[in-house]
Amino acid sequence: MYSDKVIDHFTNPRNVGVIIDADGVGEKVSASCGDRMKVFLKVIDGVIEDLKFQTYGCGAAIASSSMMSELVIGKTLDEALALTNDAVAEALDGLPDPKLHCSNLAADALHDAIKNYQEEGA
Amino acid sequence: MKRIYMDNNATTAVRSEVLEVMLPFYKEQFGNPSSIHWAGQTVSSAVEESRAQVAHLINCRPEEIIFTSCGSEGNALAIKGSAEFLHAKGNHIITTAVEHPAVLNSCKYLEKQGFEVTVLAVDGEGMIDLAELEAAICERTILISAMWGNNETGTLFPVAEIGAIARKHKVRFHTDAVQAVGRVPVDVQAAGVDLLTISGHKFGAPKGVGALFVRKGNGLTPLFHGGHQERNRRAGTHNVPGIVGLGVACELAVTDLAVQEGRIRALRDRLEQGILSRIPEVQVNGHPQQRLPNTLNISFAYIEGEAILLFLDMKGVAASSGSACMSDSFGQSHVIGAMGVDPMMANSNIRFGLGLDNSEEDVDFVLEILPEIIQKLRDMSPFYSERAAS
Repeated sequence: MYSDKVIDHFTNPRNVGVIIDADGVGEKVSASCGDRMKVFLKVIDGVIEDLKFQTYGCGAAIASSSMMSELVIGKTLDEALALTNDAVAEALDGLPDPKLHCSNLAADALHDAIKNYQEEGA
Repeated sequence: MKRIYMDNNATTAVRSEVLEVMLPFYKEQFGNPSSIHWAGQTVSSAVEESRAQVAHLINCRPEEIIFTSCGSEGNALAIKGSAEFLHAKGNHIITTAVEHPAVLNSCKYLEKQGFEVTVLAVDGEGMIDLAELEAAICERTILISAMWGNNETGTLFPVAEIGAIARKHKVRFHTDAVQAVGRVPVDVQAAGVDLLTISGHKFGAPKGVGALFVRKGNGLTPLFHGGHQERNRRAGTHNVPGIVGLGVACELAVTDLAVQEGRIRALRDRLEQGILSRIPEVQVNGHPQQRLPNTLNISFAYIEGEAILLFLDMKGVAASSGSACMSDSFGQSHVIGAMGVDPMMANSNIRFGLGLDNSEEDVDFVLEILPEIIQKLRDMSPFYSERAAS
């Protein structure tokens, strides 16, 4: 059902946790299944220095959060804003069809955190 | 890695005693039981012997058994077959919110055909209110369909009391006993049941065979039209190996009910008590006492069911979940939902279905690995850290 990459990221998720003095915090809740992702950012000079996440959800939700974190740490905010949910799923070698629509929210949660950072900073 | 199967409410392994008796019916005894020659007639007597074995287990006459392909067919034949047959008498059907989709969707289909369906609510333990049932009966009521044991929680309905109410009001009573047969004593006379669905693969017979008990005098419009098989109530060449296997499984079930009530219940209770004592903030779903002896449905706060199942699977343990992430419809389980369980708890329910092959070591292994799995997922969950902070 799941690719090896999904199983790897689900079993050993990278960057789980909280950043107490985060520069930006965002989250996304799936309307269809209730999955919830919370993202904490540390930003220095427009670059994502650190990212932690917490996820409530199925294997796909946890794996996509973990993969998202790996894709954007060290990237500029503009690069991070260009990341799509589909690109996260692709990096995981795909997700089962139904999961694409409910558990694949990591980029949305990330973008919400960036928006929060930009609003806080303004 | 040792593999531990704890999903016996989904299906069971074919018992070796069953398979052994079935095998000759694929090769040497290949005849069609409807044929008059030697090849058919030896097989025909095997089918009739199986019919007697099924009848004996549930205390009915052999001619009151119709062989089917599965539980869904039995439920559809009972409900759609009754509705069509009794349409001149009335158009009202009563069922419950926690039935198997085979029952609920048959009722939904009939609604589209002009029937009226009353769906009885259940309480937090998955139990219906008998007064509500009786109050729902009207002069147009032609059928009550209420399950014997629930497939998700194991909650056992008071079938004999439902049967008594149905008798009193002269309404036909069907029960989906797919989860109950082979696990608890099922007696159609004591329960006052008119129609009862059996599925073979839930208790050691193969997939693809089931039976429907139809009390004498209860006419049905068939689902399949064709040959004269099953007294014109179910056309189609008999699945002879499956039918023979079902018979043997029923014969074994007669003596093994004591094992279900004894050893299997003890294993289930050990698992349940073990989880409750090792892991905080868990909740057992279903009736605490009136429950199938093999079934444990349990929820873990702050996390999601599919994730738990994946980690269990990686350790070789097969169980199941009615979480939203597991269902095709992306809604939470209709059973747990009908019980009014808090949505987050509903979304983490895990069903352990113990079976004859499970041992105390199996249970203890699950108890050893589960606390770590739950904690790992809780440590990832925003709900858990928010709860700890508040």
